[in-house]
Amino acid sequence: MGEGYAAAMPANAHNWVAVWLRNFLAWKKVALASILGNLADPMTNLFGLGFGLGIIVGSVDGTSYISFLAAGMVATSAMTAATFETMYAAFARMATMRTWEAILSTQLTLGDIILGELAWAASKAVLAGVAIGVVAAILGYAPWPSILYAIPTIALTGLAFASLAMVVISLAPSYDYFVFYQTLVVTPMVFLCGVVFPLSQMPSSFQHLAGGVAVGSFGRAPSSNNAGPPDARCRHTYRCALHLRGVAVLSVRGTVSSTSDAVRQHATENGDANDAILRDDGV
Amino acid sequence: MNNFFQPSMNMSTAAIDLAGVKKSFGDKLVVNELSFTVGRGECFGLLGPNGAGKSTIARMVLGMMSPDAGEIKVLDEPVPARARLARMRIGVVPQFDNLEVEFTVRENLLVFGRYFGMGARKIESIVPSLLEFARLESKAGTRVSELSGGMKRRLTLARALINDPHLLVMDEPTTGLDPHARHLIWERLRLLLARGKTILLTTHFMEEAERLCDRLCVLEDGIKIAEGKPHALIEEHIGCHVIEIYGGNPQELYALIRPYARHLEVSGETLFCYAPDPEQVLVRLRGRAGLRLMQRPPNLEDVFLRLTGREMEK
Ligand SMILES: Nc1ncnc2c1ncn2[C@@H]1O[C@H](COP(=O)(O)OP(=O)(O)O)[C@@H](O)[C@H]1O
Ligand SMILES: [Mg+2]
Repeated sequence: MGEGYAAAMPANAHNWVAVWLRNFLAWKKVALASILGNLADPMTNLFGLGFGLGIIVGSVDGTSYISFLAAGMVATSAMTAATFETMYAAFARMATMRTWEAILSTQLTLGDIILGELAWAASKAVLAGVAIGVVAAILGYAPWPSILYAIPTIALTGLAFASLAMVVISLAPSYDYFVFYQTLVVTPMVFLCGVVFPLSQMPSSFQHLAGGVAVGSFGRAPSSNNAGPPDARCRHTYRCALHLRGVAVLSVRGTVSSTSDAVRQHATENGDANDAILRDDGV
Repeated sequence: MNNFFQPSMNMSTAAIDLAGVKKSFGDKLVVNELSFTVGRGECFGLLGPNGAGKSTIARMVLGMMSPDAGEIKVLDEPVPARARLARMRIGVVPQFDNLEVEFTVRENLLVFGRYFGMGARKIESIVPSLLEFARLESKAGTRVSELSGGMKRRLTLARALINDPHLLVMDEPTTGLDPHARHLIWERLRLLLARGKTILLTTHFMEEAERLCDRLCVLEDGIKIAEGKPHALIEEHIGCHVIEIYGGNPQELYALIRPYARHLEVSGETLFCYAPDPEQVLVRLRGRAGLRLMQRPPNLEDVFLRLTGREMEK
């Protein structure tokens, strides 16, 4: 077993790029729809909550409520983009489309594939986060440079949530179980992390809990209106990065181990029975 | 042309070497104590019905699955420990197509070449020859979802050649294809063998095994029941003409022709009569109403029937 896992780890520092490029090529074909899709949900929240609640709330932490919310939406959309990319698109590539199976017949290892998928999901998180940031900046709810400062944190948010989702898809027996992760982990994150209201309004025990979830602080980092001086922001990003390096390393290791079984199972299970269905669908 | 190889030759010339390999899923033993050696430049077949364990063996050879016991060496690398290094020099045609259906033919080759660390320019320089080999020159810009089954199979074959492999592992390369598409693939495979490639081919199609394989291993329920050159196996296990008899009462016919048959086998509605002197049998059956007779040379299907008492599913 142990030696099998060693063989499944990333083979070198650049193999994953081929996987990233494969996903990029597939994405290019549907880029416009994908970007619009990424924007729709957070923009609805932003305008619905921002204008609706904004009138009641007035200002938060010294900025308008809609600016406060814009920063939160950047983080949320990064989290959702990475989570969904991994949980649905990467899962399909692993289980139904046989993309991973094809890749595993080349000189790439499972670790290379996972690294490529994580990097890709993080890239999509950056795209989603930056898209919201740009809209917010155009509308005057965030200063332009704040988008640049936020990119590293957004990327790390994406990496962390992609890693978590990767563990989930490798352990969950089917699509139906993903909903537990979504409702029990991802959705509470929005409230635990000060996306729609500041953390200081939470009972102190919740504040501790939120502190433990590194993501909590991400919501605020992109908002330079209230993120404090630049060096504080850097320290902030650095702290997040440290947290995340741990999460990412652990999840690449953990995911390779757990996914290798899942992949084998899917690869073989899909064999005869599902094949007719798959072929007919042209998936 | 590739018959020079003998299993007893120097081991370092072997492309694939399996020794005492076992694999179970749960309590189900799927591959049992399997050993065989494939020489370089040889076409070696794994012939057996569905569920015999052929795909499982192919997966273990590629290091995509670990054996429970036994040793596997592929292109001098121990598998699965160093399977990645072996796979650099292997081309794979999986049992079920796993092409990128949303991509064009050319994009499929580009993406796959990158998995082998090849640059875009290098890949583009070899794509024309691959397309020509696969007879897909006019389809470079076509999406895979618009290709016919035979074209998809040929693209999968072209894709497997992108890293200029020494060894090709092909899991049922022509299953599900119409006869024309199948013959085209066979012709391409013979060309590859002429170029010196080694092929491990699984099939449940005895005609394919007989036409392409230098040597083969007949499997049933994960157990090797025979191994050798196709014609040697046929000679050894059958060695005489076959008369297929349809219709009539098998028991009655059995008694009638028993003295002239070396061996008789009933399978479904058909009585297989293996007779050194077929005329003797035919004389006794001619003129009987309701019988259809067919005399033919023996083939691997007969070997399988002889060894297992049942026909291989078509
Ligand atoms: N991952 C798996 N889990 C459980 N059983 C499996 C798995 N893969 C294959 N099998 C079983 O092993 C046997 C051999 O399968 P396979 O190697 O696909 O046969 P073949 O390719 O000769 O048709 C079959 O009975 C199949 O159901
Ligand atoms: Mg099979």
